[in-house]
Parts: sequence; structure tokens; C-alpha cells
Amino acid sequence: MKRTYINGTGCVSAQKTMNTAFLEEIIINENDNILELTLPDYKDFIAPAAGRRMAKGVKNGIVASARAMKEAGVENLDAIITGTGMGCSVDSEKFLKALLDNKEEFLTPTSFIQSTHNTVGGQIALGLQCKAYNFTYVNGAVSFESSLIDAKMQIDEGEAATVLVGGVEESADATMNLLQLSGAIKSKSEMPFSILGSETNGAVFSEGAMFFVLEDKKTATTYAELIDVSIYNVLEKDELETKLELFLKHNNFSIQDIDAVILGYNGDTEFDGYYNILSQGVFKEATQVYYKHLSGEFNTASAFGLWVASHIVKLQEVPSVLQVNGITSKHYKNILLYNQYRGQDHSFTLISQC
Amino acid sequence: MEALKQELKEKIINILNLEDVQIEDVNDNDALFGDGLGLDSIDALELIVMMDKDYGIKLADPKEGKAIFQSIETMAKYISENRTK
Repeated sequence: MKRTYINGTGCVSAQKTMNTAFLEEIIINENDNILELTLPDYKDFIAPAAGRRMAKGVKNGIVASARAMKEAGVENLDAIITGTGMGCSVDSEKFLKALLDNKEEFLTPTSFIQSTHNTVGGQIALGLQCKAYNFTYVNGAVSFESSLIDAKMQIDEGEAATVLVGGVEESADATMNLLQLSGAIKSKSEMPFSILGSETNGAVFSEGAMFFVLEDKKTATTYAELIDVSIYNVLEKDELETKLELFLKHNNFSIQDIDAVILGYNGDTEFDGYYNILSQGVFKEATQVYYKHLSGEFNTASAFGLWVASHIVKLQEVPSVLQVNGITSKHYKNILLYNQYRGQDHSFTLISQC
Repeated sequence: MEALKQELKEKIINILNLEDVQIEDVNDNDALFGDGLGLDSIDALELIVMMDKDYGIKLADPKEGKAIFQSIETMAKYISENRTK
């Protein structure tokens, strides 16, 4: 069975994560309940004629994938695998609004064509003229992990050597309004929004696009080896440690082997208890890392977590802004990511220095 | 007629999201498709819907489109002669 290496990354997020090393120019915004994206210069990556029909999610996906491929030095792909929970929300809303406004008449094709969940993967492939395997996973908050599992299985079995895999989400006005009404997004009146010191339900939201080049060989640009990914759609709190131990045991790891744990804390007091079980339990003495105060919450925010984990392994450093408990390690060899969203869609991802 | 041409230029730039095109860049007789503005078949569908929605013109015969959508000049002429809105 072959091994899977993370050889290139690209990240468009609420932070300046393009053309920077690793979060050296971060901005912590505790005043907005929806974090705005730091937009890249699209014209560096997409011809204006090609980009005029693309919503920001598609453009961000193209930019992040191009950055990852450039870093890995690859031009040909055996697979493009995308994860997205909500898909191309902006064009979906535009199409539905036109449908309502015009009483189901005068429907134009562009927003309909661009509204499908697989638009990002499709446009990346069109830009590259890549006719290889192209798949989009729409599995809520494990959409990205589902993509990772597919990519890893294909590399493990030798069916693919170079895979582009990513997570993309875009925020759209009506969707954000509905999430605020439902309480999934924190109320504006509750600011400032502190993730770790939160006393309220809901999360601060955002959007982003994170892509990774996974390959079956280690190269000069390798960040880490992707050891394993596991997902659980439903998990009770009292099952969490058992499932974690089983996951680690399956990979011949123990709790003591983990140098840092990256937790998806999002400031939702109703569900952050899942993370507390690990941070106050088996990983009490380990380096604990959080990231959603920088990225915001969205269905594929855990891809930002993997971007953070990859950089920690490569640079052997946990910036203080990411630290939960102030405990640091001399060496970051094995890193575990744990994420869940509103008590569902749990995932463990394990990467290792190589 | 001049006001209609101006209106069409604004609508086309806006509806087709021609970010890098200004109204003054579009001449009345420039080709809309091919070498001119470089519009494509999806844009043609957008223009057909726009004609129906904004001017009450339903293009029943697709063959008519080629002549009507040749330029701003031809569009304005056809709209002014056939509009119901």
C-alpha cells in the first residue's frame, strides 16, 4: 500500500493566507459575526473573460488550487476531488431570487449553470483541460474529510499518483440571514465574539477555499504524510474518547504519540463541550491548537485546520495566536485534528512529519 | 434611439458582467459576438431573456437572432420597431 503526502497547499480565507508564510499578518476580528474574506487578486489567476460568470467561491477555488499546484510543481492531475457543504450558494440564491421576482418567468441560464455544487471542481478541470476523475462530496461538515478519504484511498491503491483535493464554501446573503435566524450564527448583540471565552450559542461564520496536492511520493515541498482520516456522522460525548483511541490504535498510534491536537472550537457553548472532553481529558498535557477565530466557521473550515496542521509540521512552530493552553512542544511530529459541527459530522485526521 | 442604444450598452455590460468593458468602449456597430465583444451562446440566451423581460419581445425564430444581435445598432432598431413594453 502506498503512502500519501501533502506536497502543496493553497488557502483563501478571512486571513491573509496567500503569498504569506504562515499567519504572520493575521487580524483577529471579534466584532463581526460573519468574517469577510481577504480576497486574492483574481486577475493573476483567471482571465477576465473566463471569470465574468464565476461567483467568488468558484474563483477562490481556482486560486487556491492553482497555488497548491504551483507549490507542488505539478501540472497534471489524476483526480480533482472537492468537498463543499453548501455549494455555490451565491448563484443558487441569484437563480431562486430571479425565479420568485419574475414569477417563474424569464429565467436566465448563467446562475443556474453556476449554481451546482460541482461547479468549482468543474471549472478547475476546465481551466486545466483535465479530463481525469472529478468528484464533489456534499456531506455537510465532513465534506472535506470525505474528499480526503477518497483521495487517500485512490493513492493507497495505486489508482492515482497526484490528486488535487480541497474544501470550498462561499457565504451568500440569504443563507447567512437564515443561519442567523436559526441561531447557528451568533447574534450581533453578543459581540465581542471570543471563541474560547464564549458564553453564548452559535458561531462566527465565514467562507474560504483550501486546496491540497496529495501525492504518492515525498518531494522537496512535502509538508507531512496524511496517515488516516475517519468520520462519524453521529457520536455521543461519552463515545468520543473510545472512538479516538480506536482510530489511533488502528494506525498503531497512542495518545502519547500525539504532539499537538487541533480542535475545531467555534465558540458555540452548546457543542464546544465535545472539544473540552479531549482538551481537559486525554490531551490535557498536550499542545492544543484552535483556528476558527481566524477562519470563521463553515462546513469545510476543517480544511483550514489541515492547512494550519500542515504548516505546523513543516515549520515546527505553533504561533501563540493558535495556542489554547499555552503548552508547546519541542517537536511537532504527529498532529491530530478533531472537528465536529453542532454535535454531528465528527472527524479525526492524523498527519505526521516525514 | 440614442437613449435606447445607451440603455442597451448599460444592460449588456451589467447583465453579462463584462467587468472590464466601459460603455464608451462599445461602438454602435461593433460585433457583439465573435471578434467584437466576444459574447457566446450563453450570452445569447441571456439577451433573449432580456428582450422578453424588458421589452416584451419574444423571439420565436432562433434564426432571427443572428441578424438582431449583430450589434447595438441592429438590436436597438429591432427593439424600437417591435417592443410592447
